[in-house]
Amino acid sequence: MTKKNPEYDFKWCPGCGDFGVRRAFEMAVVERAAKTKEPIEKTVVVAGIGCSGNMVHLLEGPQPFGIHGIHGRTLPIALGVKMARPDLNVLVVAGDGDFLSIGAEHIGPQAQRNLNVTCLVMDNGVYGLTKGQSSPTTRFGQITSSTPYGKVEAAMNPMELYLALGTSFVASGFSSQVKDLTRLIVAAMEHPGFAIVHIQSPCTTYNDTYEEIKGNVQKGIAPAAWPVSPDHDAADLQAAYRLVRSRGIPIGIIYQQPESEPLEARLARVLGKVKARSMEELLEASKI
Amino acid sequence: MQKKDFVVRFAGEGGQGMVTSAEALAQAAALAGYYAQTFTTFPSQIMGGPTWAQARISTTPILSAGDELDILVCFNKEAYHLHAEEVREGGVVIYNSQVFQLEESSSAVGIPVDELAKATGNPRAANMVILGALAHLVSWPQEHLTSFVRQRFARGRPDDAAIIKSNVQALDLGRQRAAEAGLTLGELAPPKKPPYQQIMVKGNDALALGALAAGLDFYIGYPISPATPILVFMQRNLVGPGKFVYQASSEIEAINTIVGAGFAGKKAMTATSGPGFSLMHEGIGLAWMAEVPCVIVDVQRGGPATGLPTKTEQSDLLSALHPAHGDVMLPVIAPGSIEECFYAAIWALNWAERYQGPVVLLSEHMLSERTENIRKPDLSVVTVESRLVYQGSNGYHRYEARELSPMPVPGGPGAYVANGSEHDAMGDTTHLSQRHIHMTERRFSKLKLLTDGTFELENPEESVVLMPWGGSKGPSREAYTLLIQDGYRLGWAFTMFLQPLPPKLLEELRKKELVIVPELNYVGQFSSYLRSLGVKAVSITQFTGLPFKVLDLVRRVAAVAQSHRERMVRV
Ligand SMILES: Cc1ncc(C[n+]2csc(CCOP(=O)(O)OP(=O)(O)O)c2C)c(N)n1
Ligand code: SF4
Ligand SMILES: [Mg+2]
Repeated sequence: MTKKNPEYDFKWCPGCGDFGVRRAFEMAVVERAAKTKEPIEKTVVVAGIGCSGNMVHLLEGPQPFGIHGIHGRTLPIALGVKMARPDLNVLVVAGDGDFLSIGAEHIGPQAQRNLNVTCLVMDNGVYGLTKGQSSPTTRFGQITSSTPYGKVEAAMNPMELYLALGTSFVASGFSSQVKDLTRLIVAAMEHPGFAIVHIQSPCTTYNDTYEEIKGNVQKGIAPAAWPVSPDHDAADLQAAYRLVRSRGIPIGIIYQQPESEPLEARLARVLGKVKARSMEELLEASKI
Repeated sequence: MQKKDFVVRFAGEGGQGMVTSAEALAQAAALAGYYAQTFTTFPSQIMGGPTWAQARISTTPILSAGDELDILVCFNKEAYHLHAEEVREGGVVIYNSQVFQLEESSSAVGIPVDELAKATGNPRAANMVILGALAHLVSWPQEHLTSFVRQRFARGRPDDAAIIKSNVQALDLGRQRAAEAGLTLGELAPPKKPPYQQIMVKGNDALALGALAAGLDFYIGYPISPATPILVFMQRNLVGPGKFVYQASSEIEAINTIVGAGFAGKKAMTATSGPGFSLMHEGIGLAWMAEVPCVIVDVQRGGPATGLPTKTEQSDLLSALHPAHGDVMLPVIAPGSIEECFYAAIWALNWAERYQGPVVLLSEHMLSERTENIRKPDLSVVTVESRLVYQGSNGYHRYEARELSPMPVPGGPGAYVANGSEHDAMGDTTHLSQRHIHMTERRFSKLKLLTDGTFELENPEESVVLMPWGGSKGPSREAYTLLIQDGYRLGWAFTMFLQPLPPKLLEELRKKELVIVPELNYVGQFSSYLRSLGVKAVSITQFTGLPFKVLDLVRRVAAVAQSHRERMVRV
């Protein structure tokens, strides 16, 4: 699982946003390891299928465990890993197609359970790996290989979806702002519960949105991305809704539920007093 | 002459307590030292719809639900019309005379069930009135039933005594009523209690208990008939340190979750039925590809689609043998009895751990929902296996070997990527042909570790063999015994290890002139599988949603064997 691997032939295109996300990921995991004094092997990366998911094979430095599963199922796999071993630090890396289209049905259940994992959703508004079809976040009217006359579906607002589903930590990042993104990922990992960092990670080959996100003074294009004000109260759900419904792309921590109780803690509380019956006792119970 | 066994069917509408009555009779009989087996079919709605439950009571171990009815208990007229045909000559019909009337004859007795129950002061004792009448018909000592009532209602509540009293009174009233009608079926021989301890369980319970005995850590499942009771059992019992049980949001979630748990070092299982099993296929492929131990239980029902959700069928076999797309070959274990359900679950978990991959455990409705008294499992002889865990240092090449290799556990040394895409030695994606060849061979080679499955082979010198699979074992075995008694020349083979088949058994089967496979599906799935392995197999199929009847099988097996012999003579 490292760079100098002659057999691994996948490469991100030059300028792909996923490079920045990887860098932030590596720094965040190292920072966490230093803070918690836990070795990197305590981290498990659950990767989706897409250009984005390939990050699990491209990480530099000390290697975490990884599981590169099937398209759209990162969250169920993460549920298995985390609840098998609540002591592990579990991260999901997936694209907008993987997470929000084929895998969308899994977001709600994990939000309601408050599964204690961190998801990095790399949104490039397109299906990169399959060469440029439209995704749930592709803009209305946009031309892609699968919408040659323009997309007729409205674009999804993922942040609003996460909030509506009850996600206890929602942040928004941009792949070019690596330091800020690192900070968001660290905060997400520290959050006790279901955390999503939704990242603008442009696809230079099929949907280059750098100019749109960053703006271009010469062309008179205003940046779509803008930082969340330091005054924003992340514990205020209504304020969070207002942020994600406003124009452009707010970047920063959108919402963090105070006193979030993760699934493992809920279970421990409910099952704490339940006494397991031994095999012998179970057999005795059906004795005749 | 004393009777060796009898069969009772309770028929009426869902919600009228048919299952409770059959279960109570079976419990009482087992308590008295008989062998008992129930069989039920439900309508898929909660209330109403024609339904029935059956109990067979015998002095010897029971292999099938019983072809003909000695006693039919009808709760309404429709039930009478639906089932009267199956009452054997000399059998008796008991009916609720408050609901409808039949001409009272030498073979029918009307009982005002609710009226008599009310007379005891406990309207809920209606099924005891009926059990009392049944007991008279087979000349059971009242003691068999009263001790059952005393055991069942001793719940440590203040009104226990009153409830026991009214139920015993209900038994007496029912018995009297049957006696007044002057009917009897002859005396049931006294029980021959087996020398070993017994438990009374359904197939689903036995399977769940087996899984726990094998050290199951992690269970997740989505509700679906007839697998739901496994989820319910696990929710109650798979608790304690390091254990996890959860209701999934779908079968797609369930399968991928156990892959995650298996990867993280746990013994993980899910259970479903056909529709859910189909949804799991892609995830099963992932487990095979990434080499993650896990167990998938498919409690078969009638299919496809929503099919016959509350009826029995053996039609998921081909799907279990090759559930995912691509080059896979899954270990499949299909128990043939309630007792085998317990051991099959242990085998499945052991195999999954041993070869580091997914194992399918195929159960079926007719096993899952029937109650039976079986020998209490001896836990001291159960072997529990756990995967080979990697203990070395970092830099491990998890997939390098051309055969099974130790599996790293997250948090420990040997970090790698468990990859569902074709991969190299470290788990990174690759498209090189040599690697695909290497990895494909590696995955298939591990199946060689699973050749220790047990099997039954009787009359090995015979060239024509009867070989059922799964839950058709019981009725087939009964048919086999009758055929042998009638002087037919026939061998017997059975194994619950369908893939890989025990090599020694396969070798024997390949030498046979004909292998006759009774199975509950249209196309003859097991025989077609056997033929693909070079065995001359033919099926006897049935697709009624019900198990085989023994006498049907006797007739059909004899006919197949006969026409085979005629062909052989002509040749
Ligand atoms: C079940 C299934 N359906 C379809 C595919 C093909 N497929 C692979 S990646 C992908 C979309 C990837 O888009 P996204 O998740 O946005 O990732 P990106 O490449 O843009 O990072 C699709 C449709 C698949 N692998 N599996
Ligand atoms: S196709 Fe797009 S998303 Fe994929 S690597 Fe290239 S730039 Fe990145
Ligand atoms: Mg994408």
